[in-house]
Amino acid sequence: MVAARSVNTTLRGLTLTLTLAALLLGGIVASAVLGQLPVSAAEVGGSLLRSLGIQNAWAPTDSIVESTLWVVRFPRIAMAMVVGAALAVAGAVMQAIFGNPLAEPGVVGVSSGAALGAAIAIVVGVAALGDSAIALFAFVGGLLATLLVYFVSRANGRTEVVTLLLTGIAVNAFAGAGLAFLLFVADSGSREQIVFWQLGSLNGSRWSEVLIVALVTAIGLVAAVVLARPFDLLALGERNARHLGVNVERLRIVSIVIVALLTGVAVAFVGIIAFVGLVVPHAMRMAIGPAHRPLIVASAVGGAVLLVLSDLLARSVVPGGDLPIGLLTSLVGGPFFFYLLFRQRRQSGGWA
Amino acid sequence: MISARNVSVRLDSRAILDDVSLDVAPGEVLALVGPNGAGKSTLLSVLSGDRKPDSGTVTIDGRDLGGIRHAELARLRAVLTQENTVSFPFRVSEVVAMGRSPWSRSLESRDDVAVVNNALAVTDVAHLGERRFTTLSGGEKARVSLARVLAQHTPVVFLDEPTAALDLRHQEDVMRVARSIAADGRAVVVVLHDLSLAGAYSDRLALIAHGTLDAIGTPSEVLTAERVERVYGLAVDLHDVGGHPVVVPRR
Repeated sequence: MVAARSVNTTLRGLTLTLTLAALLLGGIVASAVLGQLPVSAAEVGGSLLRSLGIQNAWAPTDSIVESTLWVVRFPRIAMAMVVGAALAVAGAVMQAIFGNPLAEPGVVGVSSGAALGAAIAIVVGVAALGDSAIALFAFVGGLLATLLVYFVSRANGRTEVVTLLLTGIAVNAFAGAGLAFLLFVADSGSREQIVFWQLGSLNGSRWSEVLIVALVTAIGLVAAVVLARPFDLLALGERNARHLGVNVERLRIVSIVIVALLTGVAVAFVGIIAFVGLVVPHAMRMAIGPAHRPLIVASAVGGAVLLVLSDLLARSVVPGGDLPIGLLTSLVGGPFFFYLLFRQRRQSGGWA
Repeated sequence: MISARNVSVRLDSRAILDDVSLDVAPGEVLALVGPNGAGKSTLLSVLSGDRKPDSGTVTIDGRDLGGIRHAELARLRAVLTQENTVSFPFRVSEVVAMGRSPWSRSLESRDDVAVVNNALAVTDVAHLGERRFTTLSGGEKARVSLARVLAQHTPVVFLDEPTAALDLRHQEDVMRVARSIAADGRAVVVVLHDLSLAGAYSDRLALIAHGTLDAIGTPSEVLTAERVERVYGLAVDLHDVGGHPVVVPRR
């Protein structure tokens, strides 16, 4: 029985890995090919090979094509991947410590807290100190929001859906009001940037920004994978996890910092992109089960896939236009959230 | 093995436990009984290290419980709580295997598969191994949770009302499991409501009333008609069935 089960698990894991890899590769190539300047898939491949030091015949000879790929499209694709991974892992970690599959950085207000922090950085003027200053402020904003939501919405070691969502409403309202106030007092340059945060966009991503997000995401991902086993035990409830040797208080604090780091760094550079942390871990859980080690790794890859494809859609659905990606994910994520809510309500026979 | 001395717990200046002292010895099943709200569960959580007493001490093998790290404590005692929900749809076999986690990266972890399979078998849930925990009935959840606690395989096992959700046969099964743990030289502390069940399966019985230890001793010493009537406020008859006291309310 145990052997048959592990074969089955391996098969599911393999199928998922191959599917995600194919989607990611297809999404990357399509994103690099499509755009105002037509580039062939062969040129994309050739350019990538040349950057690795392999000379080949496919590489573009036109320097405009080359710079379009390396200055505009590749950094944008890379940003989509790292931000998607960061948000999906943040969602998975949040659901683990809240013991609730509906917890998500966007829904409960962590993202808007981070956006408020970033906006403050701009209006006060510390943004002039560099990209890291905005990221730091976004992190602090996200951290405060996470702590608030966590300690307000928990009771007896679990979070009820109603309390969680109500807390989210309050945090989102407060952060929204803060953003509106900053919009009101800011000069026109800062105003544009703040509006950009509220909708989320990958437009204009630079390699220097990608590097910061990638670094923080890598740290967050490794930390989350290390904590995967304690997350599993936490599913039994806080008391039972403690009986099994988990230092719940420490796990809680470390996890909250991870969520704030991942959300903060993503929001600081691309604005609020909601529901990624909700949809991706849920889909992965359905595919490979709730064990956190594979779940967190799969969520990172799944998040990357989702954002690469969403961004592709965002900039190709309106010809010549560039839709805010946050708008797109909310358009899909909103109904999905509603479906989850409805299902959970039916299962537990109430808004428990 | 476990030794509580003059333990008191207060909640808003009301005494939940008042000056309770007792010892738990290896190889015994100690039942904690008493009316609702008497402090049984509080005593259990103090003995298991969940709750720090406001005064008094609890030691395990002579060491103060409060000074032992979470990870080490998890190798000394296991606890079956009354609330057993699982937030995500883990499989039954995965939930039971979680009981082995305190032993990961130790020599004992080589026995993981055997211990888990044995725990699944003695709690009669082996056939549920592939099911999702969240789809089980109340009684099945209770037995799977017991299996997880057994898989932890600790010298001391605490069971807080393990029979509450179970049918007659599974109640007897659980108490037989408790006896076999004791026969293995380990200790079991179990909170029970059914006095006859406690009388039949425990070596010693501690009767808690109003936060104090009213009596402790063998079942036939503790369970007298006079004492049960006084503590529970209900007239009862005591019968002897096969050497074990059976308590029947006078109707």
